[in-house]
Amino acid sequence: MTDAANGNWTPDRPIVSLNDVHKSFGDLEVLKGISFDVMKGEVICIIGPSGSGKSTLIRCVNALNPIDSGSITVEGQEVNDPKLNKLELRKKVGMVFQQYNLFPHKTALENVMMAPVLVLKEDKGSVEARARALIRKVRLDGKEDSFPGELSGGQQQRVAIARSLAMQPDVMLFDEVTAALDPETVKEVLVTIKDLAQEGMTCMLVTHEMGFAREIADHIYFTDRGVIVEHGPPATFFDEAKDPRTQEFLGQIL
Amino acid sequence: MWDSIQDFFRDLAERDAAWNFIYIYDNKELERVLDGMWVTLELAVVCVVCSVVIGLVGAWLQGARSRIVRSVVQGYIQFFRNTPPLVQLMFFYFALGQFTPTFSPDGYLQQPIISNIGWAIISLSFFAGAFNVEIFRAGIEAVPQSTQEAAESLGMSRFQAYVYVVLPLAFRVSLPSLNNNLVNLVKTTTQALAIAVPELLYQLVSIYNDYSTAQNACMVLMFVVYITLVGFLVFGMNRWERRMVIPGYGGGGG
Repeated sequence: MTDAANGNWTPDRPIVSLNDVHKSFGDLEVLKGISFDVMKGEVICIIGPSGSGKSTLIRCVNALNPIDSGSITVEGQEVNDPKLNKLELRKKVGMVFQQYNLFPHKTALENVMMAPVLVLKEDKGSVEARARALIRKVRLDGKEDSFPGELSGGQQQRVAIARSLAMQPDVMLFDEVTAALDPETVKEVLVTIKDLAQEGMTCMLVTHEMGFAREIADHIYFTDRGVIVEHGPPATFFDEAKDPRTQEFLGQIL
Repeated sequence: MWDSIQDFFRDLAERDAAWNFIYIYDNKELERVLDGMWVTLELAVVCVVCSVVIGLVGAWLQGARSRIVRSVVQGYIQFFRNTPPLVQLMFFYFALGQFTPTFSPDGYLQQPIISNIGWAIISLSFFAGAFNVEIFRAGIEAVPQSTQEAAESLGMSRFQAYVYVVLPLAFRVSLPSLNNNLVNLVKTTTQALAIAVPELLYQLVSIYNDYSTAQNACMVLMFVVYITLVGFLVFGMNRWERRMVIPGYGGGGG
């Protein structure tokens, strides 16, 4: 696992590590010193009220948003380093968005194949085989040649997951991936994520699906107004929340 | 067959002096008309291609990080959009043409490096290009930021995202306005008459200056040729627009 690009990272050290991360948009400080570690193969869920900085936090991990101070490392590589090779980072970190963000002018198969062919310069034939396998994996056999506009929200989101996986990342980020879906299709997307988690993929999820978080997460982080208020394994977190803000939030949701 | 048509028009010209289709029965005049059509076609095609390239590059530069680059593009647009194309043609040819180096193919006469056709192409391409920059910019702004983020999170560079994701989508939005502007450009090529570019209008005006009875016939031809030329352009652009429609995306083209 060790290579020159990421220093001396070994799988026994955190794969993602945040240390006192601060981030402001103008005068609004969204993250006020967030620190936590994610180990390889771990699934963590970040929950909290709207505007608490969850999405910003997860977007900082693959450098879509730059941070103001503190440090984020992925496999030992500092994300905030101005000399960072973003391509190296993005090969390691896959991201799935709330609004799927598929490329509407490409078919499902082309969406999945595009980045490995263009970015990793891989051979088209082998990418296509992998892409077809991924589309089967997200249970969309037969939809290879459909355009995103011809698929339901849940199907589009699963294509987006397959598209991210095609880059063979080590960490997957999910940013409220079921928030835009209707209740019936939420489940099919959650099943796909659960499969991934069970295969040992390191996952960081921002989610409002408490039942799901409880079921798959190894660790839950509750954020409010830019800080982590409380965290713990799901059983402790959901049943023995100590902080009044957590209790209030859970009381409204559960 | 052709001989009898020529005979018919020769008779017509003798019977009725108002309808002297001299460019049909007189081979010398016919050649002038065909030469003129060829120059018009050449001017139209080259200017259309160059102006589209200018538009694409300009729109790309408008998104540049450097403020200087952006102001240069903005200055270019304002200059060419806010002055009449006829004035631009004359300025380029008569003013700038004075300062370009000359060469001497026969060792006797000095010729400027850029001919009047060259100046017409340069000036008309930049004229239409200024509008194309704005047309493409509108298309690019219609592509959601989140789609570009998705491309970025898959490791694509800004250039790759522009070429493979943003442009194909922006193009579809831009096509109707682009269509308009290119039609305008083809029609504006007639103004090259002012700097004696031997395009169709120039040739026809020369013909009816030589043979005043040919005036009506020349006017008729002018309309027929431009209606046909622009008709082909519009037909092609509309077909292109329809072919670019993505199933389930947008409404363009029906």
